[in-house]
Amino acid sequence: MSGILLQGLMTVMAVLLLAIPLLSFRAPRLGFLAACVTCATGAVIDLVFLFQGAAPAVLTVPFGLAGQSTVLSIDGLSALFVLLVMLAGAMASLALRDDHGHPIATAPAVSLFIGAMLLCLLAADAFALVAGFELMSVASFILVVTNHRDHQVQEAGRLYIGMAVLSGLCLIAAVALLAPHGASFSAMRASPPTPGVAAIVLILAMVGPGSKAGLVPLHVWLPPAHAAAPAPVSALMSGAMTKVALYVLIRLLFDLVGPGIAPWWGLPLIALGIASAVLGALRANMEIDIKKVLACSTIENVGLVAIGLGVALAARGADLTALSSLAAGGALLHTLSHGGFKTLLFLASGSIQYGAGSRSLESLGGLIKRMPITAGVMILAAMSLAGLPPSAGFASEWTLFQSVIAAVRLGGLAWQVMSVVLAATLALATALAAAAAVRLVGVVLLGRPRSQGAAEAVEAGPPLRWAMLLSALGVGFVGLFPGVMLWFSDPAMSVIVHGTMLDRIGYLGFTATSDSAGYAPIFTLGLIAIVMAVIWAVLRAKAVPGHRAAPLWDCGFGDPPPWQPFGDPLAQYSGASFGQPLRRMLGTTLLAAREKVDLPLPGDTRPASIVVTLNDPAEAWLLEPIGRLRAIISGMADRVHFMTVRQALTLMVALLVGLLLFIATVEQL
Amino acid sequence: MEHIGFGALPYDFAHLLGGVMLLLSFTLLTQRRISATIATYAAQALTLAVAACWQGWVQNEPALYVTGAIAFVAKGVFIPLMLQRSLARLHLRGAREEAMGIFASMALGVALVVLSIMVVLPTTMQAGALTREDLALALSVVLLGLLMMITRRTAFTQVIGFMSLENGLILAAVGVAGMPLVVELSVAVLVLVGFVVFGAFLKRMDTHFHSLDTSVLDQVASENR
Repeated sequence: MSGILLQGLMTVMAVLLLAIPLLSFRAPRLGFLAACVTCATGAVIDLVFLFQGAAPAVLTVPFGLAGQSTVLSIDGLSALFVLLVMLAGAMASLALRDDHGHPIATAPAVSLFIGAMLLCLLAADAFALVAGFELMSVASFILVVTNHRDHQVQEAGRLYIGMAVLSGLCLIAAVALLAPHGASFSAMRASPPTPGVAAIVLILAMVGPGSKAGLVPLHVWLPPAHAAAPAPVSALMSGAMTKVALYVLIRLLFDLVGPGIAPWWGLPLIALGIASAVLGALRANMEIDIKKVLACSTIENVGLVAIGLGVALAARGADLTALSSLAAGGALLHTLSHGGFKTLLFLASGSIQYGAGSRSLESLGGLIKRMPITAGVMILAAMSLAGLPPSAGFASEWTLFQSVIAAVRLGGLAWQVMSVVLAATLALATALAAAAAVRLVGVVLLGRPRSQGAAEAVEAGPPLRWAMLLSALGVGFVGLFPGVMLWFSDPAMSVIVHGTMLDRIGYLGFTATSDSAGYAPIFTLGLIAIVMAVIWAVLRAKAVPGHRAAPLWDCGFGDPPPWQPFGDPLAQYSGASFGQPLRRMLGTTLLAAREKVDLPLPGDTRPASIVVTLNDPAEAWLLEPIGRLRAIISGMADRVHFMTVRQALTLMVALLVGLLLFIATVEQL
Repeated sequence: MEHIGFGALPYDFAHLLGGVMLLLSFTLLTQRRISATIATYAAQALTLAVAACWQGWVQNEPALYVTGAIAFVAKGVFIPLMLQRSLARLHLRGAREEAMGIFASMALGVALVVLSIMVVLPTTMQAGALTREDLALALSVVLLGLLMMITRRTAFTQVIGFMSLENGLILAAVGVAGMPLVVELSVAVLVLVGFVVFGAFLKRMDTHFHSLDTSVLDQVASENR
């Protein structure tokens, strides 16, 4: 049965990679519909596979790269990610049909992108894995530079392709190190690497797939690329592509390296995870572009997943099965919930960008009245972003917290201290994320419009509306039935940590350890409803009957004057003002935030101004040195270009003599 | 063939010819008078012709006689004659030129010979002694030709350095049994073409700049920058 389902998924992949791109050249909107239907089919096939118990299947296709056959396979781990990619792909394709008469020019790359992600997930040999990963990079690069006439888009595209090349090279090196006796995954598992090689693979995996997933310090490509791409594509990149990168990371570290895992292996992942979570969440409070806010929150959430994976790795190395399955379950659950709610948020950002004409927090506001559906789904997703019960984000972050708290059992004093520090920073990161969610919802949806466009915003068209509502349905399901999601993840857990959470899962909820209290969202929801009802009833009972309107002191924020129908934008809190306390508290040290206030003297008529600059540490410590290195190298190349005849000859002879010297030295040794 | 070693006539004579070529390379390196440089080059080419014929006899390979004949006619007689003629036309007969100091170039040359022996002898363990010694000598001649190209100032002597380098290549080719004739022929044609191109180049350089010193080219390049 699994074999047939795998063949079905392979067919879905072939259609996505070959047929739909060709169709999209002629009829892009039909292509999006076809992609949506195909992805939905893939999701159904995958669900059947998961319901069947996720028995692994392998399929050898008699053609492929390098004249060899290609091995495809599916197991619990890949099936879980396939489900996410297929659903996000279907929603993004559907949303792309809402194009207001102008389909994006890079339409064929969309289904290529989804198909490449599927290939990456189904690959069971090194060639297919690398091919899928690289094709995914190329297709998403094409999509990022869709609006290539914009200067910022060009810059984002250059940064993105540079990072993609780096991560591709690291992935190739990692699988090459793992595959001395054959390129298929089974051959890699049969010959586990020595500890030294395994450590190199760990580093390469964190640089390669890790940078693709958005782990600090190689996250710099993520905010500009997500801002540059069309919104549904950003949804795919954030919701699906970073998850595929995490899948590759998990596949390499947990599965293919196999028994070579030591407890310390979790530490690098945990360290990068903490850095990503705090930095991403903090930056999400500073950015003004809503898509950049969402992209920075993606960095934060990928960091959370990385922390979960790190704890799982450490626990697996220490043979603590219950803990490792809890941490892995938290990481996988958060992957699913983030994949869902971030897709939803990016779709909503697209709706806002078109409907209100801007992505800047400084020109939005009050959209809840004009765009009720967009606003509704955005609030739902922002609850997840903030980690409020009973949302999807709460369920997964609760699991992650439980695993981090339980991580004190990992070892001696050092591990216990680390676990406490980890729990504290995790709390900081989630609190910052909650602040970012409040800021996003408050500034964009509430208050008064800050521009004419926002005052006259229009709701999204039917395709985008349906895409958002269906995604919201999915996110709501994950939130209310995390136990079912963990049940889906169980085959994956048996692949990566050889453990299970089945002893702790029920239909209505789950527990962290078999003897502790658990989390049951339905009852939590009921509890919240009861509390709300009681408050309402008390207020109702205590209220004085009847009411009258009376003038109050309104802090200068009165009714809009007639000549400014949407109010004076400067009289409201702006996105920058919401971020200011955090910027002054944490931003000055972590993000090198600087304020430059220009206050004219009395009598001077020029306007006062405040200029805020932010500098991501990764840009100052990583990108700029690389830029300087590049300048030095190109300067040297320039010198070679303008050498005199004798200098050029001398250089050649010197190189030849150097080569001969090298050979002679090697021969002597 | 494979076991011809020290003390056997085929080996000794081939070794002697290679040694003579190497000696002539050193002479080329230090010779300042241009016409004497051309004569030395001719002598090296003639030695090469003899070496090719000797190898043809030792290896019983008639094709190598053709190589020898080409070396004799083209490089031993024709090219030197043309070079001497153009030297006369450029009024450079009896001219001397500046170059790197004799001691420095000799020291560098000796270092290169040591290097080539250290590279060739260990890397060719499987080959016969004749081939190995021959290759070491040939690589030395090639490296000395390169050294001559970078230590000399005028294009004229740089061309001679280039062609002496090619002599080293042919010496390597004839020393290795089984190298097809077509390779040697194509290398010979290449050198002839190179000679023609260099000739045209020298002529134009002389008419334009009234000098064969390649540093004038650098001045032109820096003006066009």
